[in-house]
Amino acid sequence: MMELVCPAGTPAALRAAIEAGAHSVYCGFADETNARNFPGLNFNREEMAEGVAFAHARGARVLVAINTFPRAGGEPLWHRALADAERAGADAVILADIGLLAYAAERHPGLRRHLSVQAAAANPDAINFYADAFGVKRVVLPRVLTVEEIAAINREVEVETEVFIFGGLCVMAEGRCSLSSWVTGKSPNMNGVCSPASHVSYAEDGQELVARLGGYTIHRTPKGAPAPYPTLCKGCFTSGEQTGHLFEDPVSLDATRLIPQLGRAGVRALKIEGRQRSRAYVAQVVRAFRAAFEAEAAGRPLPESALARLSEGQAATTGAYSKTWR
Amino acid sequence: MATLLPRVPRVISLAALPLPLPPLEHLLALVARRMARARPEMVRRLGEHAGRRFLIDPVDLPFVLLLRPQEPSLNIHRRHLLPAHDARLAGPLAAFLAMMHGAADGDALFFSRDLTVEGDTAAILALRNAMDDAELDLTEALSALAGPFAGPLRQALGAAERATGLALHRMDRPEACR
Repeated sequence: MMELVCPAGTPAALRAAIEAGAHSVYCGFADETNARNFPGLNFNREEMAEGVAFAHARGARVLVAINTFPRAGGEPLWHRALADAERAGADAVILADIGLLAYAAERHPGLRRHLSVQAAAANPDAINFYADAFGVKRVVLPRVLTVEEIAAINREVEVETEVFIFGGLCVMAEGRCSLSSWVTGKSPNMNGVCSPASHVSYAEDGQELVARLGGYTIHRTPKGAPAPYPTLCKGCFTSGEQTGHLFEDPVSLDATRLIPQLGRAGVRALKIEGRQRSRAYVAQVVRAFRAAFEAEAAGRPLPESALARLSEGQAATTGAYSKTWR
Repeated sequence: MATLLPRVPRVISLAALPLPLPPLEHLLALVARRMARARPEMVRRLGEHAGRRFLIDPVDLPFVLLLRPQEPSLNIHRRHLLPAHDARLAGPLAAFLAMMHGAADGDALFFSRDLTVEGDTAAILALRNAMDDAELDLTEALSALAGPFAGPLRQALGAAERATGLALHRMDRPEACR
């Protein structure tokens, strides 16, 4: 059976994920060292150690995301995060920056290293470089690859690969997207926040819900239509004579039906996005995917996904895996 | 598309209109203080946002609530006399209770337009995350205040929950499922 890797933004969500059947949980410290540095979210050192103990007692693993890019002069914060993850008993750390990877390989050789999606390693040469240079054991592949491309990668690499199966869909090459910093000065890459809430405002204007990011109106959602996240990549813009979602519609990834193909493509682990979501979301999604995994392993038909209501836009896509984008 | 959350019937909402607020406010204050004492990490999680004033607006009730986590305090106000606030969350009572008890996801309620937010978005996000982690349970909090009547109160709240469809206790704890 492939490994089900699940999100946890809080200790309560970690417990919910494991009780719902997660094989692994990924989470981060409450600072800018991880790419979900949202208000009220994440773990302090004590909570991380308790979360690891809770997971280990139930046969699950904890992967600590330290996957932003350290600021020049600010490296000690990221170095402390590595040391504290190891001290907490983490099963692996998820890293993106080559400097931090080098530091981890040298100072924490016993701490298993995964390559974050933020590193955007999308071909065998790049992946093999990370494996050879830094001893990376697993690579989280960017969400821009088809299933065929993932299979081609797996034929040429020794390390494990992990891909996203469900949740918010970042349509850019991750770790290289500057849209959020262009408007707000903050980005997931450096600060751990895409479209930070401190720069978001909502207002009702007649029948429309108006969303602004950094003072710019990026959505006017009509009454009754699903509200999207306030991200530029899913914003509604006018370009020339065309008005619409120029980058991508507000939809979420749901590749449930591709689980068998991803398994045949050699993928080791499937990841659910959503560390910013509630324990209710985590429990429901993890339970659904654990059931799908069990069905796949037993050769039964996959259950129909009933998770659209939890998704941005209340609609789902298989994203780049099937490459049907315009 | 909005979800099928139960709504407080209009007739009940109208009947609640003339109710005196002080006794209700006293009970809410006791519950808020009890929850804050039991879950000190909730205020810590709020960080710099703990001092903000949150207007909780159950749109199917004639009242609104003003939450000040730092105090902690929870005051009740009539709808036509809205207090000053930094952030406002509006939605049916069922949405707030479902989020509080781990039965619904806040983002999903936002996508479906059941929940609307205005004002300090970062503070609202912090509150949502802090309350979600706190695993609050209204039935348990009220029962703890009821002394020898805790058992009958639990039963009454369970019956009310079944009759109304409102989530009145933690829904994500297997032993708490009824």
